[in-house]
Amino acid sequence: MDTLFGITGKDFVITAYDSKAVASITLMKIGEDKSRELNSHALMLFSGEPGDGVHFSEYVERNIKLYGIRNGIELSPRAVASFARRELADSLRSRKPYSVNLLIAGFDVKTNKPALYWLDHLASLADVPFAAHGYGAYYCLSLLDRYHREDITEEEGIKLLDKCIKELRSRMILNMPDFVAKIVNKDGIRLVQLGGN
Amino acid sequence: MSRRYDARTTIFSPEGRLYQVEYAMEAISHASTALGILAKDGLVIAAEKKVASKLLDETQGGEKIYIINDNMICGVAGFTSDANILINYAQTAAQQYLYTYNEDMPCEQLVQKLCDLKQGYTQYGGLRPFGVSFIYGGWDEHFGFQLYHSDPSGNYAGWKATCIGANTASAQGILRQEYKEEGVTLQEAKNLAIKVLSKTMDTTSLGSDKIEFATLEHKDGRVVRRVFNQAEIEALLKENNLLTKTEEAK
Repeated sequence: MDTLFGITGKDFVITAYDSKAVASITLMKIGEDKSRELNSHALMLFSGEPGDGVHFSEYVERNIKLYGIRNGIELSPRAVASFARRELADSLRSRKPYSVNLLIAGFDVKTNKPALYWLDHLASLADVPFAAHGYGAYYCLSLLDRYHREDITEEEGIKLLDKCIKELRSRMILNMPDFVAKIVNKDGIRLVQLGGN
Repeated sequence: MSRRYDARTTIFSPEGRLYQVEYAMEAISHASTALGILAKDGLVIAAEKKVASKLLDETQGGEKIYIINDNMICGVAGFTSDANILINYAQTAAQQYLYTYNEDMPCEQLVQKLCDLKQGYTQYGGLRPFGVSFIYGGWDEHFGFQLYHSDPSGNYAGWKATCIGANTASAQGILRQEYKEEGVTLQEAKNLAIKVLSKTMDTTSLGSDKIEFATLEHKDGRVVRRVFNQAEIEALLKENNLLTKTEEAK
């Protein structure tokens, strides 16, 4: 069961996903990439039906990149999230809908503000200060609610993520190996090392 | 038999010209004037409305200035019937963009979209090009205030101040002379627009019934469009001491 996290701070969004690839009850691989960079300042994390997540996020990624090439300007995180929602909503009403839950983390370079969007497989979109998908959400939303502030720094964000992951490891019956964390800020998207790993 | 000629309306002449497109532009140069002026804090679109007959009643909305999106207005010169089709297309395209991205369509993209359609009619046989030119004024978060002009060929360009329709040459002459290098304020742009219209209109009397006027500003994070009504135009004319002239003429 995949777990995704997203936390906004003063001028950044930190995201994390567990890097497990599972098939039924078997762990197949560690080191699976569950994120796609949509443009220089927008990142999409996905969970759910394994093939669907990759397929859908790459479809969105390529459309967002095409937009950038065609128009010479980049879409804002809000526009990216709206586009993804629309595509998912249309898919939901088709014969074979995508079964994916998503987090879209971005930094709006026009307004200089971080943005985090929570999008589920029924295409409901929410603009949130922090978010989680999967079983991890049941354990960690309360933690995030307690410790999240609007103006946390990157270090505090990383610490909060570590706290969440520690909680998962101590409470959940599933083995929770490596999490991969990425930060989106005004300079773009970068990998970060989590302290607890 | 006639199909042979129909299908040839949009092919090159031996001198490498597209006659149908040139004819369309010629048609526009007989239409009443529309002009646009870009200011530092807004923009103006103004147009001359030709009054065909005393008996002609006012219709709902203007005939020269249209709203095509929350962040965009435009002025037209040419066949109003052709313009209606294109305005409708532009409005739909802008709403489709809003539907997909939940954001206003950037100005240049909307202009380009319309120009793609116009271009199609210069290439696919059997159809005549649209007989309209547009002046678009808009604001977006990428490039701020913008002014564009497009013609029947599907060409478009950004301008600081430009003019379409009859008397373009003289109007553009005045604009070139009066438009300051460092840019103008919206108030100056409004006055300049009225001045240009008063000097290029065929009629000696300048009245609020012969002018359409609109401005676009950005206030408190929102685009404010303002299409002037008759009383507001009259006030503007009075401000520029142009109304007295008309009263004397009467």
